[in-house]
Amino acid sequence: MNQHTSQHESVYDGLVEDHGDVSGQWAFGTSFEDPLAGVDTTMPEGVDGADLAAYCLGLGDDALVLSHRLSQWCSRAPDLEDDIAIANIALDLLGQARLLLARAAAADPAVVPVLPEGSPAPDEDRLAFFREAGELRCTRLVELEHGDFAHLVVRLLLFSTARLALLHRLAGTRDPVLAAIGAKGATEVTYHRDYAARWVVTLARGTEESRRRLLAALDELAPWHPEQLDTHPVATRLAESGAGVDPAATAEEVEGVLAQVLEEARCPWPEAPRRGGVRGRTGRDGMHTEALGRLLAEMQVVARAHPLGRW
Amino acid sequence: MTTTPNDTSPRAEWPLYEVFVRGKRGLNHVHVGSLHAADDTMALHHARDVYTRRNEGVSIWVVRADAITASSPDEKDPLFAPSGDKVYRHPTFYDVPADVPHM
Repeated sequence: MNQHTSQHESVYDGLVEDHGDVSGQWAFGTSFEDPLAGVDTTMPEGVDGADLAAYCLGLGDDALVLSHRLSQWCSRAPDLEDDIAIANIALDLLGQARLLLARAAAADPAVVPVLPEGSPAPDEDRLAFFREAGELRCTRLVELEHGDFAHLVVRLLLFSTARLALLHRLAGTRDPVLAAIGAKGATEVTYHRDYAARWVVTLARGTEESRRRLLAALDELAPWHPEQLDTHPVATRLAESGAGVDPAATAEEVEGVLAQVLEEARCPWPEAPRRGGVRGRTGRDGMHTEALGRLLAEMQVVARAHPLGRW
Repeated sequence: MTTTPNDTSPRAEWPLYEVFVRGKRGLNHVHVGSLHAADDTMALHHARDVYTRRNEGVSIWVVRADAITASSPDEKDPLFAPSGDKVYRHPTFYDVPADVPHM
């Protein structure tokens, strides 16, 4: 026998690296990186802590709520491969939510819900699982009830197009943590947008039925899209201090990308007017649709039943 | 969609692809499994989602399973048994220095 094959060498060795007690286990993956490794976590000077917290909550809640919506698709996608793809996207967004909610808590500890003495829940979990719907700052697009698979990919396209433009710009802002989250998130969301855009084009140019469903999803969701690009006083102030991005500044790029995808899909942008707020208030002000309350009831029930639980 | 001519209904099963991944330290692509996809591009994306989600790979190959010609288990003996006793075909009579990589 050859002396090397006799050492039980596995063909998977090239896929793994040593990392402590689980070395050589391909299934455990390999060499993960801490997205905040080496990042200065002190607050940048001249930035209002309450504003930074509110801004991080908005972006974090967008990711948290859409992540939950996507995770509800688990086992319901058209096939196994897309099921895993959707779960991957949900996990990417959950990772972004975790970092953003933790940053919000660091910027302004007053936003973190108070739990009973001795609760081991970290700040980001308290923010995710112990706030009421009216305290969340996500846009209403991400919270809407599910439709079919076309609804899923259209929502993901609208969301990831707006978010990618924002994350790219966030990478160049003054808060080192937000900048790192922007840089890391941009690579993730680039893939999400690509995934969604490919399916939008495929469905739009597939069968008569797939096109009908795609157009129906677009009709339903397009009116909720402009809210993503609204300027909010918090974003304006942060953008002025160089620590945030005004979503309105991304509008041209976002509309350009969407127009390109829809042209490829041979779909017109629906003419229906945008969804207004309630007395001018929208998701960023804590004004949500009924769907968010139901979503949170399911998402938070276990954590709320065991505020002292360790997970 | 890449479907065979007599297999054109929208509900027809997508063709099977075999997936090969090259890891960061790996020198060659390793077969990691298979998946279904409508065409080559979708197969590549599905492979990324299904087989590299734990940071395993830096390169992916996908190939239609029906494009692979495989040896038959029935031919196992005539094909492989003759090399079983040819010890002189192994370079085991040389001392390989410990610092020679990839042997």
